[in-house]
Amino acid sequence: MRMRVRRIGLALAALVTALAPSAALAKTDIQFWIGISGQLAETVETQAKEFNQSQPDYEVKVVRKGSYAETLTAAVAAYRQRNPPHVVQVFEVGTQTMLLSGAVYPVYELMQQHEIKIDWNDFIKPVVGYYTKDGKLYSMPYNSSTPIFYYNKAAFKKAGLDPGKPPKTWKDVEAAARKILAAGAAKCGFSTGWPSWTMVENMHATHDQPFATRNNGFGGVEGVELLINREFGQKHIGQLAAWQKDQVYSYGGRGGAADPKFINGDCAMYIQSSALIGGFTRSVKFDWGTGELPHWGPPYRKATSIIGGATLWVLKGKPQADYRGVARFLEFLARPDQQMWWHVNTGYLAISNTAVKNLEQGYHFVRNPRQYTAFAQLTGLPPTPPAALKGRTGPAPKPERVATPNSQGLRLGNFVQIRDVIESELENVFAGKKSAKQGLDDAVARSNALLKEFAATYKQ
Amino acid sequence: MKRTVFANRWLPYLLVLPQVVVTVVFFFWPAAKSLYLSVFKSPPFGGRDIFVGLDNFTALLQSPEYYDSIVNSFVFAGGVTALSVLGGLAVAALANQKIRGLAVYRTALLWPYGIAPAVAGIIFLFIFHPAYGVLPYFLSFVTAYEFNWLLEGWIAMTLVVAATAWTHLGYNIAFFLAGLQGIPDSLLEAADVDGAGPVRRFVSIVIPLLSPVTFYLVVVNMVSGFFGSFGVIHAVTHGGPGHATEIMVYKLWKDGFLGLNLGSSAAQSVILMALVIGLTMLQFRFVEKKVTY
Amino acid sequence: MSPEAARAVAPGATVALPRPTVAVGEATGRPRRPRWGRLVVHLLLVASVAVIGFPLYYAFVISTQSLDQVIQRPPRLLPSTHALENYVEAWRRSHMGRLLLNSMIVAVAVAAGKIAISMLSAFAIVYFRFRGRQFVFWMIFITLMLPIPVRILPTYEVIGTLGWLDSYAGLTVPLMASATATFLFRQFYLTVPNELCEAAQLDGCGPLRFLASFLLPLSWANIAALFVVLFIYGWNEYLWPLLITNTDEMRTVVIGLERLIPRSGTELPTWNLIMAGAMMALLPPVAVIIFMQRWFVRGLIESEK
Repeated sequence: MRMRVRRIGLALAALVTALAPSAALAKTDIQFWIGISGQLAETVETQAKEFNQSQPDYEVKVVRKGSYAETLTAAVAAYRQRNPPHVVQVFEVGTQTMLLSGAVYPVYELMQQHEIKIDWNDFIKPVVGYYTKDGKLYSMPYNSSTPIFYYNKAAFKKAGLDPGKPPKTWKDVEAAARKILAAGAAKCGFSTGWPSWTMVENMHATHDQPFATRNNGFGGVEGVELLINREFGQKHIGQLAAWQKDQVYSYGGRGGAADPKFINGDCAMYIQSSALIGGFTRSVKFDWGTGELPHWGPPYRKATSIIGGATLWVLKGKPQADYRGVARFLEFLARPDQQMWWHVNTGYLAISNTAVKNLEQGYHFVRNPRQYTAFAQLTGLPPTPPAALKGRTGPAPKPERVATPNSQGLRLGNFVQIRDVIESELENVFAGKKSAKQGLDDAVARSNALLKEFAATYKQ
Repeated sequence: MKRTVFANRWLPYLLVLPQVVVTVVFFFWPAAKSLYLSVFKSPPFGGRDIFVGLDNFTALLQSPEYYDSIVNSFVFAGGVTALSVLGGLAVAALANQKIRGLAVYRTALLWPYGIAPAVAGIIFLFIFHPAYGVLPYFLSFVTAYEFNWLLEGWIAMTLVVAATAWTHLGYNIAFFLAGLQGIPDSLLEAADVDGAGPVRRFVSIVIPLLSPVTFYLVVVNMVSGFFGSFGVIHAVTHGGPGHATEIMVYKLWKDGFLGLNLGSSAAQSVILMALVIGLTMLQFRFVEKKVTY
Repeated sequence: MSPEAARAVAPGATVALPRPTVAVGEATGRPRRPRWGRLVVHLLLVASVAVIGFPLYYAFVISTQSLDQVIQRPPRLLPSTHALENYVEAWRRSHMGRLLLNSMIVAVAVAAGKIAISMLSAFAIVYFRFRGRQFVFWMIFITLMLPIPVRILPTYEVIGTLGWLDSYAGLTVPLMASATATFLFRQFYLTVPNELCEAAQLDGCGPLRFLASFLLPLSWANIAALFVVLFIYGWNEYLWPLLITNTDEMRTVVIGLERLIPRSGTELPTWNLIMAGAMMALLPPVAVIIFMQRWFVRGLIESEK
């Protein structure tokens, strides 16, 4: 009799366990909203899948929400309705908005509270500097890039230039452009993408010139004003406008609109995000190389460039238990092997020094010299990867760039609109409708109004 | 005339309920909220809304981009109306001649109306494509000017105006045809007997008799060009290059949804609301009066 | 325009097309054979059809070409043979099946919903005397002055609060209140003779039965015409679905198409796929116009408030 009861009891227990939704086995969902699409998005999804398979407790769900702007808007709306995602990918120009939002769970705090150790010092300084407040990291760097210089080696050869030596100064660029035009190797010397990011923000940074007051906005929100209409800004933009006249420079539109000019061989040189290396590898038919951003030389110091791309922000308002999973996911992404995998598969930078060193020691940069340029430019490393120099004699090449307060990045409110304003005025200058001084002055006036408006929205 | 009615007390309320509910929830409440938001500065993620009175409005009225967007809206709507009304009249006049195949022609001219302006815009986007489009290609034989809508604002505006006017043609043709067919043969024949040539007949008889239809079509095309053209701008030019094709409705959306400036976007909504109310009152005062004989 | 269409442009229609004052048997408003030749007219008309049709023809041609043919100079103006693979690839890449389904659901639901709700409201306004009748009438009228752009931000919030983002409910219900359709039905009901209603009431017919058995059959012509116009409107609506949907599964075809456009130079200029997508996006509403042309024209002319 007892045996029977026992057996029935066991059977029942087994039945109940089988039928119960097994709360112990169900994974907690982590909502991860991204603002990229296409192949890059698929890479994110692959990475998330690997995390999901590596542990039994949490399931990261990647949701594509459209462009960066649309994703941010969706996150804002969701947050207001008290149903935000756990993690959202926000572009770098949204940093100030996120920092002041009161909706963010700072990454350093998250890691601290879940006792997950991350060596913050291992991260590349320019990347971390952009997202640090009071010495603490608020957002997790994820897909960062920096603008670099691309050039058409075949066109260089045709013009009698050394295809292994990209021009380093703007004067060299001009000379190369003129030679190329004279030889008929291309229709224009060089073009640019993301005009504000490459020609205004990064030019000021790499020449150690301030972009805005209050330490480029890092010092606070009140009273910040732009400084791009000073001597350096006028000189550089004025020169671009002059070059536009004889096709040494050819303005091709905003964002990536000018990409076809380089891909088609119309322009022999091009300044755009390092993230395009992957895309160019697939679509460019001629032999091409990368170099660092051109520089005007003395009296300007040569400083590191600033980053672009996006980072991951953790939002408040989710159940406490979920955040452990978020912390573990971010820790996963920060591992050097994940960093290396990400870099190799997307062209975005690996952001920890350890990862860079590993890549370097694996001769990755020797095999893919183009991908080294961005690192060198951001961190001030010597332009040739050390592994490539093994066996050579002579003094080690010195780092050519320094990190200065002006090259840590920008922290401005309404930055999306400000970029829009700057690019509109640049278009006026390049179309010959305004002088460089006039255009820059107007850009500064309009941007300052936007900054004031932003400050007024957050007045406490 | 006294109408016969039914006597139920509660049924009518039930019958109008669906419409009233949708109207209140999705029309009145949001409109009121727009009014409210327009006098505050609201941080996007929430938090304290700061009352600023009319600051959002003054900021708009002092901003050159806002005036540009108003001008762009009128240029766009005006261009679309001019092209599609005049074109529609010409084609309708042709189709109205006593020839065989009217039905076939009418079908062949009417169908672009079914194409969403955004889709038409995408087709025209390719036609105007600076690198691969057929139009810049053929133009390059005529002029050395680089016909690139990404760089020149007026080309971008031409693109979107042409695409939208194309979709409006069918509508205008349908109405003009109906109007033309209401003109009595006898009038035209009498004028013919009097020695008036076809052009004179057209100008002195047809056009005046068509004026109610024309007036109506101008109004409808303008309003549609003003308020219904978000799709083509969003799908094709994103308001660019620069702000060349940024119409009021697009700017409103962009400032709110991309710029996260809730107060300014709401203020723009309120200004648009005032505009619509004004236009509607105008329409009812003048158009209706003039037209219903 | 056929006589019944002319009659249907009823009293109270707000655009009076010139009314023929002619004897029966005389009037279709077309002038006598012009002296300058029918041939010229035909030529001009064919030219018009060609010009108007060119963009669509060109889109079709591009949709049949391979990528190399698309980017070649000079541009090819004749169709090629790659149609099938282009359409299949476009379908796959943009999840066209899902997009078309969504558009179909939205178009049909909005059209049907608008008609149903407006009929009920118009019926109530015309056939009942109730407190607040005028108020309801003006309330509906005011919605004419509140187009979507005037209320987008808060409406987005309302939809979010209801949890209707990325849902069919959110895509369709808010579009179902229409002043135009209501006024149209109202005008139409006003033309229905009183005697009909009196007779029905004498027969013991209640209001709902009156609506179903008497008014509805009379209204079919109007309903069909309206349905065609509203279907096209619902299919082509852009701003609303853009606001309400964030996920690929819920987008409609006119928005999904925009996603295919290469905005950055490193993406291949797959315009052949985009044109294939565009053709698929415009086919249903254009087909509706072509095959239901008469209803469509009538619907346009009726609903021009």
